[in-house]
Amino acid sequence: METIVKELFPLLKEITGYIYPNEIELQWGILVVVYPYVTGLVAGAFILASLVKVFNVQELQPTYRMSLLTALAFVIVAPLPLLAHLGHPERSFEIFFTPNTRSAMAMFGFVYAWYLMAVLLLEIWFDYRGDIILWVKTEKGWRKWIHKIISLFSKDTSERALRFDKKAVKVITIIGIPSAFLLHGYVGFIFGSVKANPWWSSVLMPIVFLFSAIVSGIALLLLIYMVVTPLRAKEIDMACLDKLASYLFYVMIIDFSLEALDFIHRIYESEESIKILAELFSGKLFVSLIVIQLLIGMLIPLGAIASVKMFRTPGELKKLIYFVSALLVQVGIFTTRWNVVVGGQLFSKSFRGLMVYKMTFFGLEGLLTSIGLLLLPFIILYILFNILPPWEKAREA
Amino acid sequence: MKSLWGKIPEQIPRLSVLLVILVVLFIVVRSRLVPPDFGKYGHYRASAVDEIISQEIRYAGHEVCAECHDDVVGAKKAGYHKNVACEVCHGPAVAHTEDPGSVELRAPRARRYCPLCHEYRPSRPTGFPQIVSNSHNPMKPCITCHDPHDPKPPVTPKECHACHGAIARTKSLSHHVYVPCTRCHETPDEHKVRPRIVVASKPKTREFCGECHAKDAPSEKSIPRVDLATHGERYVCWQCHYPHLPEAR
Amino acid sequence: MMESLKDKSKNSVARRNFIKKLTFFCTSLLIPSFVNSREKSEKAKKWVLTNGYSPAEHYWGMGVAINKCIGCGRCVDACKRENNVPREPFFFKTWVERYRIFKDSETIVDSPNGAINGFEYPRVEKKAIIRSFFVPKLCNQCNNPPCVQVCPVGATFKAEDGVVLVDSNYCIGCGYCIQACPYGARYLHPVTQTADKCTFCYHRITNKMIPACVEVCPTQARIFGEIKKKASPLVRFMRMNKIGILKPSLNTEPKVYYANLDMEVK
Repeated sequence: METIVKELFPLLKEITGYIYPNEIELQWGILVVVYPYVTGLVAGAFILASLVKVFNVQELQPTYRMSLLTALAFVIVAPLPLLAHLGHPERSFEIFFTPNTRSAMAMFGFVYAWYLMAVLLLEIWFDYRGDIILWVKTEKGWRKWIHKIISLFSKDTSERALRFDKKAVKVITIIGIPSAFLLHGYVGFIFGSVKANPWWSSVLMPIVFLFSAIVSGIALLLLIYMVVTPLRAKEIDMACLDKLASYLFYVMIIDFSLEALDFIHRIYESEESIKILAELFSGKLFVSLIVIQLLIGMLIPLGAIASVKMFRTPGELKKLIYFVSALLVQVGIFTTRWNVVVGGQLFSKSFRGLMVYKMTFFGLEGLLTSIGLLLLPFIILYILFNILPPWEKAREA
Repeated sequence: MKSLWGKIPEQIPRLSVLLVILVVLFIVVRSRLVPPDFGKYGHYRASAVDEIISQEIRYAGHEVCAECHDDVVGAKKAGYHKNVACEVCHGPAVAHTEDPGSVELRAPRARRYCPLCHEYRPSRPTGFPQIVSNSHNPMKPCITCHDPHDPKPPVTPKECHACHGAIARTKSLSHHVYVPCTRCHETPDEHKVRPRIVVASKPKTREFCGECHAKDAPSEKSIPRVDLATHGERYVCWQCHYPHLPEAR
Repeated sequence: MMESLKDKSKNSVARRNFIKKLTFFCTSLLIPSFVNSREKSEKAKKWVLTNGYSPAEHYWGMGVAINKCIGCGRCVDACKRENNVPREPFFFKTWVERYRIFKDSETIVDSPNGAINGFEYPRVEKKAIIRSFFVPKLCNQCNNPPCVQVCPVGATFKAEDGVVLVDSNYCIGCGYCIQACPYGARYLHPVTQTADKCTFCYHRITNKMIPACVEVCPTQARIFGEIKKKASPLVRFMRMNKIGILKPSLNTEPKVYYANLDMEVK
C-alpha cells in the first residue's frame, strides 16, 4: 500500500484542470498496452498464414508454417501481461468458470480457448502430423518422444490419411479467419464498448484494431523471415518478400483510412468531449500520436514501400527499405496501442482535466516486465522452430 | 459396424480422446473451484452479501445519544443546531455506546473546527450564518461566546453582513456600496431572531428605484438615468438588474 | 361460427405455447443461465439475510439538495471513518466538488483532498463570479450499471434492493469496472487490491440505519430513503424539487437524484 501511495503523491502536482479524485491512479499501464499488441501480432500472423491456404497465394508458401508457429508463440504469451496486471492473479480462473456473459472481458476465456485449441493447435497438428510421423522413424532419445506425444502417437501415413490432413487444414483455416478476426476484433470491443470513455467508445474500434493487427502481423513475419533465412544460410526468396511487402502496403492503406475516418468523424461531430481530447492531442499525446504513430509508424513506411514499388530498386536496397519499414511499423503499432490504452486514461471523465502516467521501470507492472514479455515469444518461437522446423527441407527429411 | 469404424480417419478418435479428457478435466476442476452458492440468486456469490453486511458499524446514529445525554440533546433540539447530529462534531460513537467508561469521544474545542461550516465562502448558500474568522474575535475559541449545543449569538447581530456575507461583499465592490441595506429592505427586528420566518422586504415599485434613477430625480448627476415611461415597463427594476452589483457602469 | 372461432383460438394458443416451449428449450441449450433466471428471481424475492433484512422489500435511493450543501466535508470524513477507506487523497467513496462559474463562462471546479477538510477560499478571485455552489458526489447506484455489465467474473452486482455491491473476496482486480464507471466513483483499494466504492453503507441500511454521510450532514443536503414506497423522505424530496441526474445521455439511470443541478456539473 505504501508504495502505491508514495507513487501517487507527486502526481497530484502534475494534474491540469479538475479530475475526479479517484482518477489519479491509472488502472491500466504498459502491461495492458502489451496485451493488445501481442494479440494483434497473433491475429495478423494467422491471417497471413490463411492467405496461403485459402487464397492460394503461392509466393507466400515459405512463410506459411512460420506464421502459424509465430501465432502460437505469441498466443501463449498473450494472457501473461493481463495476468500480471490483475490485483488477484490467483483468482483469474474465475473468468473461465463463472464468466459474466454480458462482459466483453469475460468472453476472453471463450475466444482465447477457441482460438488456441480449436484453431491454432488443430491446424498445426494436422499440418505437421504427416511430417512428425516421418521424423519419429529416424529420431532417437527425447526428441523422438516429444514428437510421438505431439502427434498423439499417430502412425497412419496412408494416402487417405494425408488427404484428410490437407482437407482438415483447409476447413480449419476457413473457420480460422473469422476466428482471428474475432480474437482481435473482440480486443477492440473491450475498449470500444466503454461508453464512459469517449476516446475509446467507437464502433470503429474493433475494425481499426483488426486491421492494425494484420499490419503488425505481416510486418513481424517479414522481419522474422528476413532474420531467420540468412541465419540458416539460405537465400531470401525475393518474390515472397515482395508479396509480403505488397500485402503490408495494402493493409496499411486500409488501416490508415479507417484511422483517418475515426479521427475526422470525431472532429466533425465535435461532441462534448472534443475540447479535452483536443487538449490531449495537442499536448500529452502529440509526440506519440502525431509524430510516432502517424508520421514514423504510418506515413514514412507507406511512402518508402510505395517508392520501392514505383521505382526500380536494387535488391539489397529493397531489402533494407522493407526491413526498416517493417521495424517502423512495429514501433507505430505499439504506440497505436499505447495511445488507445494509456491515452484513454489521461483525461478525466469530468472532461475538465488531464492526468499523468508515470511508468515504473522495475516491478511487476514496470517497463522491464513488459520488455521481458515482448522477448518471451521469440524464445518460445526459437524452441518451436527447433521442435517443429517449418522449413521446406524438413518435409523431405 | 467394424467397417464403419474403419472408415473414420485415425486422427478423429485420437483428437476426440484428447477433447474428452480436456472437457472432463474442465468440469471436474470447475465443480471444485466455483463457490457452491455462486449464482444462487444472480450472477454472484450469495454469501458475499452477508459478508458485506457484517462490516463493523462506527456511527451510532442520532437517536442513541439521548438515552444518556437527554439534557444536552433536549437543549440542542430547541436551537439552531437541532438538525446537526451529535456525531458530526463528536465523531463516530458506537465504541463509546458499547463502553462509555473507557471510550471517550472527542469534543473539538479548537477555533479552527467551527469555521469548517461557518467560515465565509462565496459558494455557500446565502443566509447560512458565516463569519470571517480573521476579523471575528481572532484568538478567542468559538465556545467562549457560543454554546455549540444552543448556538444563538450572544448578541443579536446588528449588521446585515453577519449572515449575508456574500451579498455584503458583492455590494462592497459595486456602485451601491454606500447605499445601506435598510434603504431598500425593511427589516423587522424579528428577522434577526427568526430569519426564515420573518423575512426582509424587497422594493415593490419601479418608482422606488426611480427616486434616484428617474430622469427628473433630484439625485447626484453622475447616477445613470432611465426614462421610467419607456424603459422595461413590465418589470420591477430588480427583476432584470441585480441591485447588489448593478451591471451598468 | 362461434365454435370454430373458439377452436381456432384454442389451437393457436396451443401452438403458441408449443413455440414458446421450443424456443425456451433451444435457448436453454445455448445459455444455461437463462433457463433458471426466472426461477432465481423468484427465489431472490424470498431471500432473507442473516440479520433479518429481506432485500427484495426495499429499493434505495439518495437525494442531494445542492443549494443546501455548505461544503464542510463532514460527509467525506464520516464516510472514510465508517468504511475504512484509506485516508490518502486518492481513494473516495464520496467527495464534494466546488463549482465557480465566472462571468466569461469559464468554470473552475476543485475538490482539494475530496473536501475532507472543507475548502479554502482563494483570497483574491481574479474575475467576477456569477454563480458558485458545492456538489456532493458518490456512486450513483445506477439502475443500469455499466460497472456490473463489464465485470468479467460476477464480483460486482446489483442487489435486489438496487444497491450495487462489490464482492471483495471474488474480485480479481482487473480494473475494468473502474474504467466503465462514468462518474469516477470507483477505485482500486490499495490493501485488498480489489475494486471498491460506495455501498450506501449497506451494513447500516440493512440494520435500519441511514448511511454515515446522511447521518452527519449538518444541513440535510443528503436525503436517503425508499424510492418505491408510497411515502419516504426521498419520495417527499422528489415531489418537492425539480430533479436532475448526472450524465443522463449515458442511460445509466442513476438513483442519486440532484435538486437544483447546474448544467456545468458532470
